[in-house]
Amino acid sequence: MVYEFDAVIVGAGGAGLYAALEAGRTAKTAVISKLYPMRSHTGAAQGGIGAALGNVEEDKPEWHAFDTVKGGDYLVDQEAARILAEEAVQTVYDLENRGLPFSRTPEGRIAQRRFGGHTRNFGEGPVHRSCYAADRTGNMILQTLYQQCIKNDVHFFDEFQVVELLLDGTRCTGVVVFELKTGEVHIFRAKAVLFATGGFGRMFRITSNAIANTGDGPAVLARAGIPMEDMEFFQFHPTGIKGMGILITEGVRGEGGILLNSKGERFMERYAPTMLDLAPRDMVSRAIMTEILEGRGVRGDREIDDWVMLDASHLGRDVVESKIPDIADFCRTYLAIDPAEEPMPVQPTAHYAMGGIPTDVHGRVDTGGTIYEGLYAAGECACVSVHGANRLGTNSLVDLVVFGRRAGKHIAEYVQNVSHGPVDEGAAKAYEARVAQLKTEKGKHPGPIYREMQSVMTAKVGVYREEGQMLEAVAAIRKLREDFQEVRVQDTAENFNTEVLAILELENLLDLSLITAVSAENRQESRGAHSRPDYPDRDDEGWLKHTLARLDGDKVSIDYKSVDVGIWEPKPRVY
Amino acid sequence: MNVVLELYRQDPTSTGEGEFKRYELTLEPTDRILDGLIRISRDMDGTLSFRKSCAHGVCGSDAMRINGKERLACKTLVQDVTEKEGDVVRIEPLRHLAVQRDLMVDQQVFFEKFRSVKPFLIPKDEVQEKERLQSPEERALFDEATKCINCSACYSACPVLDDNPDFIGPAAIVAAARYVFDSRDQGLEARLDVLDSKNGVWPCENHFECTRVCPRDIKITKLINLTKREIKKYREARGEKTAEE
Repeated sequence: MVYEFDAVIVGAGGAGLYAALEAGRTAKTAVISKLYPMRSHTGAAQGGIGAALGNVEEDKPEWHAFDTVKGGDYLVDQEAARILAEEAVQTVYDLENRGLPFSRTPEGRIAQRRFGGHTRNFGEGPVHRSCYAADRTGNMILQTLYQQCIKNDVHFFDEFQVVELLLDGTRCTGVVVFELKTGEVHIFRAKAVLFATGGFGRMFRITSNAIANTGDGPAVLARAGIPMEDMEFFQFHPTGIKGMGILITEGVRGEGGILLNSKGERFMERYAPTMLDLAPRDMVSRAIMTEILEGRGVRGDREIDDWVMLDASHLGRDVVESKIPDIADFCRTYLAIDPAEEPMPVQPTAHYAMGGIPTDVHGRVDTGGTIYEGLYAAGECACVSVHGANRLGTNSLVDLVVFGRRAGKHIAEYVQNVSHGPVDEGAAKAYEARVAQLKTEKGKHPGPIYREMQSVMTAKVGVYREEGQMLEAVAAIRKLREDFQEVRVQDTAENFNTEVLAILELENLLDLSLITAVSAENRQESRGAHSRPDYPDRDDEGWLKHTLARLDGDKVSIDYKSVDVGIWEPKPRVY
Repeated sequence: MNVVLELYRQDPTSTGEGEFKRYELTLEPTDRILDGLIRISRDMDGTLSFRKSCAHGVCGSDAMRINGKERLACKTLVQDVTEKEGDVVRIEPLRHLAVQRDLMVDQQVFFEKFRSVKPFLIPKDEVQEKERLQSPEERALFDEATKCINCSACYSACPVLDDNPDFIGPAAIVAAARYVFDSRDQGLEARLDVLDSKNGVWPCENHFECTRVCPRDIKITKLINLTKREIKKYREARGEKTAEE
């Protein structure tokens, strides 16, 4: 079937829903999501959304912007960071006005807590900037925005998976979409398409990401020849539940929780004397990994799957139950531990892609010279870049609401003055043939490839990365992409064929793994989350530039684009 | 440990009853039931269909009946539902919603009922320049209701829906309570046509099954009763009768 809309939003998390609300003011808008309503991973965000409201103590957007730039190890585009911090304030008020149930101060204002890397007066000490709703801030954002979409009659296509981008030169004309319920392949013609498909942490074994976080948007665009920006920068959150990767919010440390090694030492004193446990995530993850590799993990065997302890027991039961109730629930469910009594075993967990689809500050896909007309991206799948080499806690929610909203506004304008582009309706036929081919022959199960990809990426492209290991990872992923050609579905049904969907997702992860590993091997410096023992220092002369990695068959070619350092001169990063 | 997952299977094209199929596999006692389902689908039988996403109990995708009780597969550990080697864990789709295939049910009716209660802020006043003020005490009044993830576990467990499929169900009332008790919202009045109707709040008979199964530990029955009380108060103040009376 061929559908026609002014605007198609792909993904129903925070960025997609905010964009839909804005675009829907003037444009006939559809939201396509591979999930049911309110299942998107925005809902898993816990600790808060940063905005310099100053409700607890003095704060300024300028300080927030500076922290973002410094936190990103100066690979942040600074004008974008300024917009992020300034518009965060109004966007948080807008969310509150739309009904978001923020926790409150005694005066009735939006409550704010401390978070890693957020400081007062350019680094003097921690500041209360993270606006929160207990420890389920993301869930409240997702619900509030979805509820607003109900109120505004936004048109949803649930369980529809985008599989191909339709381009006319550098102009986007629509997307090809697989419908789970019927197995049909549709064409959605659109004047503008926004990708807001979230992250791709499932390429790693230990991850906080949802099973659905398979990078569908970036992979579809990469296969259409659009380069991906800064894919080597992947954030490992310091505190995932041991072995499972489930996130323990930084808010635990924001409320006063501390990290301890096997000797009971508060080791962050040695790594970040001012910010301590509230140093940025890349630094805390490295500190944990160093403790582990030097034998001070709990097991003490120097293996990368060892762990340390996060202690919140001194905060008292009232704080634990009121400020981090969901965390307490996770600990009871998965670890049989009560965090008000005992410390939690934690290890770094793959959490957030700083890199992704390159965009400008309006969400338009911009590859550093070419702007793709009618093609937009926002949220984690996009790279504006406001996170640079390392994202600060709370800035993911800020990013997706600020830039989701901006992209939606831009789309609302843009579609007024253009017509639909030409679409080759044969594109659906080509994809139907692909799915049919997956079903007709006998072949391998996807499980072994999935596990091998995750193990390789975790072991060789993790917190610390070495040349030899990254080359091995590139070779291993290439081999897995070849093996993938032999994977077939067992399920020949048309209706609700979740196996077809899962295999297409694996293909997306393999493509993005290759781009990530090649980009990582290519960058010969240590910056933010990209940390190489063989190149231990940041090298502004050689590497203060964004990577643009273009996928071409089994090759990835590398190009660069400049970083906007127009406000603050890059300085050494000390906390 | 060795466990047997006995899974309900139903072909999407057939209209008949499904059947149970047994899968033997080795899982850690601390593995999630969801881990077992994923293992089956990726390594043993690709035709198995179920929904999942966050895998830690916050997205609501994988509610199903595990050994007869509504649970999230990602929040249920193998050791929670087995006692010894070789134990059988029986997994079925939720009730009161049509089975689409295997463990997948059609939640459309559930979401229609959710939408019917106007689950969004109907503000008392104009948009503010900054935030609306709300005391921590006012905020606490509806905190419980904000925890709902629309997984439909309560909808499946509710005995009232056995006989009255038109009852809006526990989750929709929780969604309404979320706003009825929010000091920033106009509250009850805008939602009375649904809540104070034959199939609104009144069919609830306090079986407490919803509260028992809620994976978010929401005291659902209590919220329903608070909402009933609020409606009675509203009607009494106006000398009107509720739809129950």
